[in-house]
Amino acid sequence: MQVPAPFDYARATSVAEALELLERHGEEARLVAGGHSLLPMMKLRLARPDWVVDINDVAELRHITEEPGRLRVGALTRHAELLGSEVVGRLFPIVHDAERVIADPVVRNRGTIGGSLAQADPAEDLTTVCDVLRAEVVIAGRDGERVVAMPEFHRGPYETACAQDEIVTEVRFPVRAGQGSAYEKVERRVGDWAVAAAGAALVLDDGGAITEAAVGLTALGLEGLAVEAAAVLVGQRPDEALFAEAARLAAAASAPVEDGRGPVDYKRHLADELTRRVLRTAAARAGALTAVQGG
Amino acid sequence: MTAVQERSPMPQEREANPAMDAPDRPIGYGRVQRKEDPRFVRGKGRYLDDIVLPGMLHGAILRSPMAHARIVSIDTTEALAHPKVHAVVTGKDLEGLNLAWAPTLSADVQAVLATDKVRFQGQEVAFVVAEDRYSARDALELIDVEYEDLPPVVDVRRALDADAPVIRDDLEGRTDNHIFDWEAGDAAETEVVFARADVVVSEEVVYPRVHPAPMETCGAIADYEPVEGRLTLYETSQAPHAHRTLFAMVAGIPEHKIRVVSPDIGGGFGNKVGIYPGYILAVVGSIVTGKPVKWVEDRSENLMSTSFARDYIMRGEVAATREGKILAVRTKVLADHGAFNATAQPTKYPAGFFSIFTGSYDLQAAHCSVTGVYTNKAPGGVAYACSFRVTEAVYLVERMVDVLAAELGMDPAELRLRNFIKPEQFPYKNKTGWEYDSGDYEPALRMAMEQIGYDELRREQAEKRGRGELMGIGVSFFTETVGAGPRKHMDIVGLGMADGAEVRVHPTGKAVVRLSVQTQGQGHETTFAQILAEELGIPPEDVDVVHGDTDQTPFGLGTYGSRSTPVSGGAVALAARKVKDKARLIAAAMLETRPEDLEWEKGRWSVKGDPSAGKTMAEIALGAHGTVELPEGVDGNLDAEVTYDPPNLTFPFGAYICVVDVDPGTGKVHVRRFVAVDDCGTRINPMIVEGQIHGGLADGVGMALMEFIGFDEQGNCLGGSFMDYLIPTAMEVPDWETGYTVTPSPHHPIGAKGIGESATVGSPPAVVNAVVDALAPFGIRHMDMPCTPARVWEAMQGRPTPPI
Repeated sequence: MQVPAPFDYARATSVAEALELLERHGEEARLVAGGHSLLPMMKLRLARPDWVVDINDVAELRHITEEPGRLRVGALTRHAELLGSEVVGRLFPIVHDAERVIADPVVRNRGTIGGSLAQADPAEDLTTVCDVLRAEVVIAGRDGERVVAMPEFHRGPYETACAQDEIVTEVRFPVRAGQGSAYEKVERRVGDWAVAAAGAALVLDDGGAITEAAVGLTALGLEGLAVEAAAVLVGQRPDEALFAEAARLAAAASAPVEDGRGPVDYKRHLADELTRRVLRTAAARAGALTAVQGG
Repeated sequence: MTAVQERSPMPQEREANPAMDAPDRPIGYGRVQRKEDPRFVRGKGRYLDDIVLPGMLHGAILRSPMAHARIVSIDTTEALAHPKVHAVVTGKDLEGLNLAWAPTLSADVQAVLATDKVRFQGQEVAFVVAEDRYSARDALELIDVEYEDLPPVVDVRRALDADAPVIRDDLEGRTDNHIFDWEAGDAAETEVVFARADVVVSEEVVYPRVHPAPMETCGAIADYEPVEGRLTLYETSQAPHAHRTLFAMVAGIPEHKIRVVSPDIGGGFGNKVGIYPGYILAVVGSIVTGKPVKWVEDRSENLMSTSFARDYIMRGEVAATREGKILAVRTKVLADHGAFNATAQPTKYPAGFFSIFTGSYDLQAAHCSVTGVYTNKAPGGVAYACSFRVTEAVYLVERMVDVLAAELGMDPAELRLRNFIKPEQFPYKNKTGWEYDSGDYEPALRMAMEQIGYDELRREQAEKRGRGELMGIGVSFFTETVGAGPRKHMDIVGLGMADGAEVRVHPTGKAVVRLSVQTQGQGHETTFAQILAEELGIPPEDVDVVHGDTDQTPFGLGTYGSRSTPVSGGAVALAARKVKDKARLIAAAMLETRPEDLEWEKGRWSVKGDPSAGKTMAEIALGAHGTVELPEGVDGNLDAEVTYDPPNLTFPFGAYICVVDVDPGTGKVHVRRFVAVDDCGTRINPMIVEGQIHGGLADGVGMALMEFIGFDEQGNCLGGSFMDYLIPTAMEVPDWETGYTVTPSPHHPIGAKGIGESATVGSPPAVVNAVVDALAPFGIRHMDMPCTPARVWEAMQGRPTPPI
């Protein structure tokens, strides 16, 4: 049995209490929510916090709230709850696409959206999803709340704007009329980390032209959005040639590394292939008038 | 969906349970629910880690982070100072006990704890015994080991290079990494056939290193009682008796003072055949501390240090006529055995039964040669339901037959049908010395083709190819070789490969059967009760099956190589027949008639011509233990014991067809359908047979698509967790479609052949053949496992690469 190094444990029931515990125990305290990243690392003794602050009882962080123009999702909302949410699926089908392929049901029953974003694993799916949906992240600290956009929040692998003594409390998704979104991942086996994945969101105007576009990649060495790929889409009507060009640019923007999941050229190929696929689906979901093959 | 074809003179299977209709009617074979399942499904199984002994301490092993390094020093001072630590054992301490090295199952030695060098990442370096498992792990970090790096031998193809570092400098006079050369068949005769053949195909076929990865990892609890000098050893062992004998030899504790208990086992697949350093260290820990010591490895330890499987690089060649008559096969194999030669197979067979690579085909000649080498990797090699390397053999020949089919432009099923050994040729002597006991191959393949709709699938495939869609149909036909001995040819470290069974019928007619083989989840408590029930005509629920305790069971070599039913099953049947014969004598005495005037109807001896005059087994049992005046020479019990020495192995076979779809954009393989038609001779409990097949098919999909223990250039194991070593889930496997034929073994007491490993052996080539078939439009004739999306995509780019 793998066992972690000795640590102490505290359970918070409110954000204020969690913040107080983080402050009291300082640098060596870590929050645990779903625990599917932290606990395996602790068992392998790669992570050795002195204190683990459990926030699973912080009920205020667990909600999905639809408001005019936006959807607010509490940081402690489980993957399974996102997947089970009708409103999430209706407004942001990309979230359901991603959640269906995040790990397995056991992990989805425990893992949280806040934990995923805060862990910032380079192969983590929801960061890309939140990027393309232009979500904002609410961070609470002793001095109150601040709201940061994804490009500011996500700073790179395992690095975010959330400081040691702060907590991610909420993710806010802007709702846009005429938006379609999609996510697709290649994995060696269900539950494996992504070999590569891509996400896209398109907004079409009444005439069927793309007014907004966002393309993101997972596990492909691209931080933030593939801006050049998105730029060629805006103002155009969706079609296969356009998507091919956007996909080519997304692949060019990727910087994958070789590992057990595949060589660089394969992963770059996937950046291209998967971008095309998610653009087709996103356009179809946005109600594209022109039939897009494979949508 | 199950298809059936019986061509046997004996009705070998009853689908329904007749007892359901007539509760008073005794039954034997059939779909009886497993007797062990009530405790398993309630979470009441008793596995090693469930056992807690009074005062028990916990052990943990410090392992080498390096693949090859000299140990400069080990400082245990700080670990010993840990308040909960009772002992820290190093290789030096073991040297004092003459226990630093232990014999392997392949005439080599392996380090229990490293003394001079570490030779693979994960090798055992020190052992801590503490009050709880947490403290034991904490204390591992307090041991300071200084290593001096040595260059590792990772690439097996370079292991025999003149400048390769010598791994086994502990062996006197060692100047290279060569372990053995072994061959079978006739090289010269084979060369003659190859020289005049119309067509020769050749391919390098790699069966990469994989791991059995049982759900339960390995562990032991040693309880040494110093006053009487008795050792009780609880172990995750597939072979408790063999382990006891070896422990007596290694540890110097007399065999009669050792009791090995193998409790419920959470999967073995060959991983729990060998004796691992952890078992020996638990014993040392108990002797040193005077308390019971439990050691249970974690998942990474299991994957990184215990017996792996396969790791064969095979150059395969097939010679054939232009018309598709296969004439001969030959192969040269480079076998990676890791740092110590610790494979578990019969002594005379350093490459196991690999020479069965002639497959199911009637050939003119065959030759194989195998070279085994050391590398800086974990030892092992014969595991994962391989039937002593039949799985490598079947994979090679079935892959190569498909390569030949591609060369000839012939349908792979048709090519197989043309070359099968014919039913009238059995018993069939192949060109490498095996005598196949029985077989009727064509009906099995035809049944599989019919069940899957082979011709229709080929039409669909042609249509899809026209649209650029990639669909593949893979055929594999295997002949298994299971149930070792006979003991005159087969032994493991000198112990003949026979197995025993002891039957006792109690006075009330209930019975107990004690076995030397050891279940790991495959339902022995049910199957063996059914064998006895069939023979004695008593209900299986009246039979208790005892196994896994050397104090309670007869000697035998244990469960691996699908040998439980072929060997101990034979023993049970023969012991039951002894009981039945004795019951006849006693019944005759009770009925005051002559034994030859009695006839047997299931469960009862009755007077010929007067069926109303008879005695049931229960009545006879009471008579045997009661006051009936027994005939001379008949003692007062209904017991019998048999050690069964099989006259030959048994040769189950099967026809498997797999259908895959490959995503042309991503290389991802989806297994759409899988039909498995198996023939294991007599089917005792068809439900258990199907369960064994389902499990093995999942193994095959796993190996074909994802399972792989790789290493980086420094010899770091890249498959040391389930995040890296992928095993398939329900999402990666289809609903299995099974069928069967029944061709009993002519030499086996009940005609049974063994089924435990058939599907693991037979399914990988079906899946890979299907993938390669899907990639035919790219001109691909071969790609190696695992067929991960990336590797399939590389093959589609025209550069399939070996995994090692």
